[in-house]
Amino acid sequence: MSAIAQDATTAASIVVDYEKCIVAKGCRICIDVCPTDILVLDESDGKIKMAYDECWYCLPCEHDCPTKAIRVEIPYLLR
Amino acid sequence: MQTRDIETDFLIIGGGTAGPLAAIRAKQKAPGTRILLLDKANVKRSGAIAEGMDSANNAVIPGFATPEQYVKEITIANDGIVNQATINAYAVRSFDMIRELDEWGVKFEKDGTGDYAVKKVHHLGAYVLPMPEGGSLKKVLFKQLRKFGIPIENRLTVTRLLTGPDGRAAGAVAIDSRSGDFVVIRARAVLLATGAAGRLGLPASGYLFGTYENPTNAGDGYSMAYHAGAELSGLECFQINPLIKDYNGPACAYVTGPFGGYTVNAKGERFIKSDYWSGQMMFEFWRELESGNGPVFLKLDHLAEETVRKIEDVLHITERPTRGRFHAGRHTDYRRDLVEMHISEIGLCGGHSASGIWVDEHARTTVPGLYAAGDVCNVAHNYMLGAMVYGELAAEDAVDYIADREQAQIDDAAVEAERQRLYAPLALDKGLSPTQVEYKLRRMVNDYLQPPKVTTKMEIGLKRFVEIRADIERLVARNPHELMRAAEVRAILDCAELAARASLYRTESRWGLYHYRTDYPRRDDKNWFAFVEVKKGANGEPEFFKRPVPEYIYPLNEKERQSYSDIRIEDDALAA
Repeated sequence: MSAIAQDATTAASIVVDYEKCIVAKGCRICIDVCPTDILVLDESDGKIKMAYDECWYCLPCEHDCPTKAIRVEIPYLLR
Repeated sequence: MQTRDIETDFLIIGGGTAGPLAAIRAKQKAPGTRILLLDKANVKRSGAIAEGMDSANNAVIPGFATPEQYVKEITIANDGIVNQATINAYAVRSFDMIRELDEWGVKFEKDGTGDYAVKKVHHLGAYVLPMPEGGSLKKVLFKQLRKFGIPIENRLTVTRLLTGPDGRAAGAVAIDSRSGDFVVIRARAVLLATGAAGRLGLPASGYLFGTYENPTNAGDGYSMAYHAGAELSGLECFQINPLIKDYNGPACAYVTGPFGGYTVNAKGERFIKSDYWSGQMMFEFWRELESGNGPVFLKLDHLAEETVRKIEDVLHITERPTRGRFHAGRHTDYRRDLVEMHISEIGLCGGHSASGIWVDEHARTTVPGLYAAGDVCNVAHNYMLGAMVYGELAAEDAVDYIADREQAQIDDAAVEAERQRLYAPLALDKGLSPTQVEYKLRRMVNDYLQPPKVTTKMEIGLKRFVEIRADIERLVARNPHELMRAAEVRAILDCAELAARASLYRTESRWGLYHYRTDYPRRDDKNWFAFVEVKKGANGEPEFFKRPVPEYIYPLNEKERQSYSDIRIEDDALAA
């Protein structure tokens, strides 16, 4: 996966607390459960990121995260 | 990128609501059957019930309702255009389905005696069974899939069905949206359980994925069934729902109604007698929205603190659990504020209205060996429980069908043609992004197809769709994810074109707002008391025709027939 769309001008609706995230231990639950498949592991810095602005603000990523590291915000256009 | 070949007996496309029930039922009835449950996302959290469900909207429970009452109510709510046999097939199994789910651990609301706490929301009867703890629904289903050892493949987007030389189902072709692998699946029977066409209209927010339906349900199943030669029904009977403005989730009168919540205009007055989602109700909702009394709101500010808290404990936790965050962002508190409502973008959905693949009471489509269940089939107002029952019906019939049939020969040329079509966007380095084409297409759907429908506008819309079809050749994808989106754009375009043509074909108005044509404003039972059907003609063009409404099992009297036309509260103050 090469396209990491997340940048300073796109307000990602999925916010990851990297202090709590245990992706380094091999956890991929949020990536697995996202219906629209928009979460990716950025190999360059080892962080989970929202790669596509295609969030249904539905919450499986947040609810299934074992360390409660994810917070989903309402996408900016809907707020 | 590789090609993978899979062989199975019963291929189930879609692991949301109908799919899991079909898989389990097939395994129960014929344990030797090879089953494959496919999903575009992950079965653990896919489809319309990814975050559960807040209520069962069509529970037919002895002591509260009979199948006869229910079938009659849906017949009336859908302006008579139903195949009662299909609705009855659901109704007679509704209670068994609820009890099965209950045994598995799905929580339904019960009263102090342990009886199901059924509520009245529909215009005539009582069929709403609240699920205040319905958030865990998917987990319960997944546990059963594990228990029955159902093989699952996630992240496969099916783009075409395969048929044998005699036209019967032979399998499907899919793309793995992670690896980009091309997957060819041979199967002796196939079930389409791919959900609604939920990415048809563009939400008023302009956010492509801010849809009412789970946006993974892009209409793939409608497009696939059409290209496989199946008959589609009622594509002019759009799905349009009353929703929280901008958030675009249910407001939700089914949950709040039994607690005393209701829909009002800007004066704080009621204007509809029933909040049940029918075309007639949506027509009155739209009229009020556009009138001097608009917009429309959900009113809860008169309720006691403990009641409001109970409502929040359901609505902010289940089905669309971010709505509390949305309200907080807008500083809306049910205790003192009305909730602004709006109407949704259009979609195609059997579960909420009646647009879908034509099926009989065994979930059989018109293509032998191809079944459809859930929102993608045309069983009117079938909702979640109906999807589950139709999954079971499909499985029961399919395992018998499979028993004396060999795998049909698949057409290698068709597989190769689909491979070329699917992967073309990867070969281009300059062109149009799927997002851009989808945005334009869905904006055009709003501009030209959103009711009230006008003949000339729909004709112009069709011209725009033809132009966008030429743009499809210029789609560019940089990775398998975008390739999936490119494939979806094609399906959305098929749905848009068929919805426009079906709407032009029916030269009358029916189903309230769902098919309100200002240049044919009246209902015309003499000429149009029939289903409008479409299938792919021999020349490759869509062929439209009427299908007569089968004789009713439960005939309606004149008073019953008119009861949903009488949904507006006629009040001098309102009329003024």
